[in-house]
Amino acid sequence: MKLTNRSKHMEKKPMTLAERAYLPAILTGMGITLKHFFSKKATIRYPEELRPMSPTFRGLHVLKRDEQGKERCTACGLCAVACPAEAITMVAGERKKGEQNLYREEKYAVSYEINMLRCIFCGLCEEACPKAAIYLQADKMAPPRFERDEFIYGKDRLVEPVDPNARSKRGIQLTAEQAEALARRMAGMDA
Amino acid sequence: MDLSALTSLVISWQSLVILAVFGITLLIATYSTYAERVVAAFLQDRVGPDRAGPYGLLQPLADAVKLFTKEEFFPAGSNRALFVFGPCLAMTTALMASAVIPFGNTLLLNNGDVVRLQAIEVNIGMLYVFGVVSLGVYGLMIGGWASNNKFSLLGAIRAAAQAVSYELAMGMALIALLMVTGTLSLQKIALQQYDGLWNIVYQPLGFIIFIVCAFAETNRTPFDLPECETELVGGYHTEYSSMKMGLYLFAEYINVFVASAVMSTLYFGGFSFPGEHLLYNSLTSSQGELFAHNVVTILGTVVLFAKIFFFIFFFMWVRWTLPRFRYDQLMRLGWTMLFPLAILNIILTGAFILFFGSKAPKLDVSKEAAPTEIRTVARR
Repeated sequence: MKLTNRSKHMEKKPMTLAERAYLPAILTGMGITLKHFFSKKATIRYPEELRPMSPTFRGLHVLKRDEQGKERCTACGLCAVACPAEAITMVAGERKKGEQNLYREEKYAVSYEINMLRCIFCGLCEEACPKAAIYLQADKMAPPRFERDEFIYGKDRLVEPVDPNARSKRGIQLTAEQAEALARRMAGMDA
Repeated sequence: MDLSALTSLVISWQSLVILAVFGITLLIATYSTYAERVVAAFLQDRVGPDRAGPYGLLQPLADAVKLFTKEEFFPAGSNRALFVFGPCLAMTTALMASAVIPFGNTLLLNNGDVVRLQAIEVNIGMLYVFGVVSLGVYGLMIGGWASNNKFSLLGAIRAAAQAVSYELAMGMALIALLMVTGTLSLQKIALQQYDGLWNIVYQPLGFIIFIVCAFAETNRTPFDLPECETELVGGYHTEYSSMKMGLYLFAEYINVFVASAVMSTLYFGGFSFPGEHLLYNSLTSSQGELFAHNVVTILGTVVLFAKIFFFIFFFMWVRWTLPRFRYDQLMRLGWTMLFPLAILNIILTGAFILFFGSKAPKLDVSKEAAPTEIRTVARR
């Protein structure tokens, strides 16, 4: 009984002279490979060239600042609790007088480290954060390194810059007025 | 012989040519490794090595450094002397073959000296190449035997069997060519094609036989059974490491270069190119004979290298297209197809010459004078 009608009846015929000579088949094959020689290459030269990524891609983390350039993180530790890979460690500290323009609330993270070799980029820290402080960016990845300790990212590499133009695309974005005000304040501080 | 005569013998234009041939052979073999990887990558829709230097051009250097810094390993129970001798022999024979290949016609100097763009001119150049290349298989055999490893030994046996069966057909193809050209000197064969058609027109079947055998002689895919990784884990060079391994790989690329050069010279006109007489005549009338001759010679060398590079590319192209033959297929192809075909080719060539005449000069060894265009530069 036939299960499908797709089976094909094959006949074992003696090979023709052209088939036995093998050369025509070789020439066809070489034509195919030559076509591939000139075809577009599939390679993406990674560190210089990035493949287009989905807007919901979960890449490298960022610690957000608010509209006045203050760090949002209050070192509550919920992200570290949520993290299934235990990649996040932090040390909380009390804000001193005169540091109001640096930290949004009275408690802040003195150090905040994510081990990118442990991190599984699940995004649970982002979901756990009550202060909208940590996000996984879609357009950045942890680049390859030669040393393991280079994969432990501290605040120096996680906190986004104050400059409104250099802010991360994820998280709460500045309005036009806020960005302008911040830019003006930064210009004033430089002067 | 006084000192100045000796120095003029050693430091002459001809010795410079010999050095250049040696250097170019090594350089081309070096960059063949890079080209192989790039061609392989391109044929597989990849880009190949591009990290070391611009376009990855320093990759061969990095490979060499890597090979040199690897551990020098001797397998237990191996014959140490032969183990070292194997790769040396493979390398030496590969390098020797490039000595007789004419890389161009002659260069005329102002003082009347003539420089041949060929390391040594021997009147049995074809035989010399054939003999030296055949010696190359001893390198593989000795290496495989001395390794004290059954995979290596099997690879060595295959190398020997393959070389014997394909050399026969290759020699037969060459005999047919010899009937057409009437000379064994590679330079004269190249010069014969200077005016008139290339030998491929007279010997199409011979060329196909020759190129198939050349693939077998250089142990390239589809005939790379001596080293086939899937069955023999590398065959004769299984036990080799460090630069000894490098020498084997290098010898293979030199062999590819030599085979390409020989094929270009024998069948594709060597350093001749279409329109050279036109160029020569027009330049002679405007710039003088000396200038015209040298320009045509240099252009011819460039053309020859273009032909050689095409054949090297062809070797790689085939390698990354075809799968390997099975051992019995290899033997059947060699003995029952190529060998009879080569004999048929000889008969056909003979019949052709008998009925239509030959372009070769009558073979008259006694009257064959010393070629006038080839004078040695070293004088006493």
